[in-house]
Amino acid sequence: MKTLTYIFTILFLSVSFVSCSDDDDNTPVEVNPVEGLAMLYKVEAADHTVQFYSEKQNLEVGYNEIYIRIKDLAGNTYVSDAAPSWMPMMHMETMEHSAPHTSLNNTEESSVYKGHIVFQMPSNETEYWDLTLNYTLKGEAKQEVLRVTVAQPADGLKKTSVFTGSDDVRYILAYVNPKEPKVAVNDMQAVLYKMENMMSFPVVENYTITVDPRMPGMGNHGSPNNEDLVYMPSSKLYNGKLSLTMTGYWKINLKLLNANGEVLKGEDVTEANPESSLYFELEF
Amino acid sequence: MKAFISVFPVKGMRMGCVLGVVLGGILTSHVNAQEYPADSLKLINLNEVIVISTAKQLDHQKQRKPLSTLDEFLESSRSIKMVKRGAYAWEPIMNDMASERLAITIDGMQIFGACTDKMDPITSYVDVSNLSEAQIGSGQQGAAFGNTIGGGINLKLDKSNFKSTGWTGSLESAFESNNAMRVFGGELNYSDKQFYLNTDAIYRKADNYSAGGDEEVQFSQFEKYNFSVNAGYKLAEDKSVAATLIYDEAKDVGYPALTMDVSLARAVIGSVSFNQDTLFGNLSNWESKLYYNTIKHTMDDTKRPDVPIHMDMPGWSETAGFYSQANFNSAQNHFLFKMDGFYNKSYAEMTMYPNNSNEPLMFMLTWPDVRTKDVGFYAEDHIQFKKASLKLSTRLAYHSNTVADDFGLNSLKIFYPEMQKTNTRFLKSFSVQYHDMWKDFHFNTGVSYGERAPSVSEGYGFYLFNSFDNHDYIGDPGLNTESSTDVNLSVTFKKPIFEIAATANYFHIYNYIIGVVDSSLSTMTIGAEGVKIYTNLAYAQLFNTSLSGRYNISNAFKWTGQISYHRGIDNDGENLPLISPVSYRSAIDFYKNQFSASLSVDGAGEQTNYNAAYGETKTAAYATLSASFGKRFFVNENDLFVKAGIENLLDTKYSSYTDWNNIPRMGRNFYLTISYSIN
Repeated sequence: MKTLTYIFTILFLSVSFVSCSDDDDNTPVEVNPVEGLAMLYKVEAADHTVQFYSEKQNLEVGYNEIYIRIKDLAGNTYVSDAAPSWMPMMHMETMEHSAPHTSLNNTEESSVYKGHIVFQMPSNETEYWDLTLNYTLKGEAKQEVLRVTVAQPADGLKKTSVFTGSDDVRYILAYVNPKEPKVAVNDMQAVLYKMENMMSFPVVENYTITVDPRMPGMGNHGSPNNEDLVYMPSSKLYNGKLSLTMTGYWKINLKLLNANGEVLKGEDVTEANPESSLYFELEF
Repeated sequence: MKAFISVFPVKGMRMGCVLGVVLGGILTSHVNAQEYPADSLKLINLNEVIVISTAKQLDHQKQRKPLSTLDEFLESSRSIKMVKRGAYAWEPIMNDMASERLAITIDGMQIFGACTDKMDPITSYVDVSNLSEAQIGSGQQGAAFGNTIGGGINLKLDKSNFKSTGWTGSLESAFESNNAMRVFGGELNYSDKQFYLNTDAIYRKADNYSAGGDEEVQFSQFEKYNFSVNAGYKLAEDKSVAATLIYDEAKDVGYPALTMDVSLARAVIGSVSFNQDTLFGNLSNWESKLYYNTIKHTMDDTKRPDVPIHMDMPGWSETAGFYSQANFNSAQNHFLFKMDGFYNKSYAEMTMYPNNSNEPLMFMLTWPDVRTKDVGFYAEDHIQFKKASLKLSTRLAYHSNTVADDFGLNSLKIFYPEMQKTNTRFLKSFSVQYHDMWKDFHFNTGVSYGERAPSVSEGYGFYLFNSFDNHDYIGDPGLNTESSTDVNLSVTFKKPIFEIAATANYFHIYNYIIGVVDSSLSTMTIGAEGVKIYTNLAYAQLFNTSLSGRYNISNAFKWTGQISYHRGIDNDGENLPLISPVSYRSAIDFYKNQFSASLSVDGAGEQTNYNAAYGETKTAAYATLSASFGKRFFVNENDLFVKAGIENLLDTKYSSYTDWNNIPRMGRNFYLTISYSIN
């Protein structure tokens, strides 16, 4: 009799165990759309909040991917029809200017909007950046102006170049990928803008950026099978390949060529000329 | 012949039939009847056996320098030359081919060095004190030990083998003047009909040596310990088990010809084996062994002044393997069947410390954790005729390499984007050796075909610096299998007091693997001239010939002499690197009333066929003179053996073609060895 009780107990337990795991399988996994991102700013309005996220802990000089969410406090939901637009602005003592940026677009998660801004300079006590955000909420146009802090990259490495080309045009070139370089052939991406005026920074299309990574700490050796960065209309990014044969400090020497193949900035690396005037720096 | 054919799978069978027909033709022309002793079959089995064994057989008189390093023992062989990067851990080359083309085993165990710069050939992980002999087989004669092109060397461990000797022991010590090398060793053995135990320990420590003219060669010191234990137990009259363990550690080893030294080279080598006299009634001497060895090797440049960048380069090699073999004898046929296999892990890394300490460390994998699996089947048959004999052998092996480390795989994909993680090959080897006698002449001739897979460095090396030609080397995982067809011929005229032998062999190597400059690539090593990629040349040709003689002047005096000539060219007729010029040696040995003495000369002609593209320069001719004196005493039924000698008597400053970067060899050197053996 006792044995039977045991058997029943075990049967009961195993059935409940099996059914429990069935339940687990059916429960949809809640995905946090901003998982892994840091919330940099939160603007609190009367009935809603605007949240700014980034992969980095703060905004930096260079390429910044920024994610925005608007939370409707009444329904405790995130809105997906806010159609936001933004305008970064640097307020210097003598002048004001904007920065290259994309429009804000819905991501896969429709309530998260994403875009990027390339800040050309850091803010300080007297000179500051702000972001003007326009959006609609329940059919009503809203505007928020957010003062943001832009720091120099904490690692002190150069990943943004603002320069005047030999065609007398001012360009802004910023490093995008790889974010986590590997000893491998990495997919490399960069963005290239030109400065039309203080407020307008159109994307430069169909130029070429040559890539020559070097290790100055080891006789300035290079690496094989790099591919020049070329423009991808779909992403509006310049894509190429970056080979890194070991970890450490790398200087990515670059040359900017226009659509006719004329060099606008940068030089070949030779024995006599160990680096180009146009470059990025990497450490990993 | 039928029995031989049946052991081949389909592919080999065709080859076997063809060979059978060809040889049948040759054999019919020899019908002279003369009894041929069975044990001299060994003549064509192995080209050479170097007896190393120390106290037990009291063979000291035969060795000019009893406690010399294993490197020196191997160098005394007719067929082996040693590449020297310093005073220690020389790399054997045979038929002008080095490690990757040779099968080098210790007691049948596959062991692979852990150094990407070949600073630790596996011969450096044993010591003469625990070896009985080095079995040397040229070309496919070495295929019993593994896949090979150039030949095989098996270092046989010393074992008591159930002889009823009871307790024996010996103490040994040696001193050399040139590098103040101190050697202390001892062994203690017990053996009876049921059980044996051999233990052995040796310690060597040497300071820098001086080249001729008393010029000190910096960073040529070394220190080494070796311990070994082996034991056997008889389970029954026809069954026994045995186990061996070797621990070898070298520390503070200088490599004056290289930019780095070695702070640690350590091997642990172990095996267990089972022996049975008969199996299924027909097979005899059934021996099966399981083994494992692990090697750690650490290159180190902390003691070198003015390194452009400090780096650490540790490497690891681990091998597990087995073999099982048995003989099958009939009236005419003597078969040996062997199954063997191993699994090796080779991993090496390199960390460079930037001069600017704010920058991160530079790190890469130079061997990307390559896992090599190899399973082979070997069979040979000695067929005995009235006065001639024939040996047929084959090895068929499955060989695969897998890159297990993703970091390493991605690194290699920089060069080879399409490369696969795993690469498998099927390796084949066939050989026919024929021996015949006519009056006092012995003829040996053979034809063989063999294949080998690229070594870990050749297939997967990542920026391995070669200081010889000052290039960084990169492996190619897509290399073709290297294959070789070789023919050999030797004629010996033998009388009791007189013997002369002429030998020659020729290797035609297809898909010869060698580094070829790729000028589009940027060097990694500071100061390197360029980058070479391991590449298959269409073919290369190697020709080796030697003439050797012996003359017993009287019962006490014996003269020996040898001269050899080698030639190696690639498919463009360019010289291959590390090919011996004309070299010679000659000696007069005296032995009478437990007293021995010898006077020998060693030399080489000018190296005219060198190749500057491989970093070679013309090596000048040289000759050195050495002498030794020994005496055996009996003390209370025990043996005391004393031997003294002098090497490079004239203190000549010289280097040979195998001396890495022409590092000069040792100048005048006095040595003294004392052995006391308790019977």
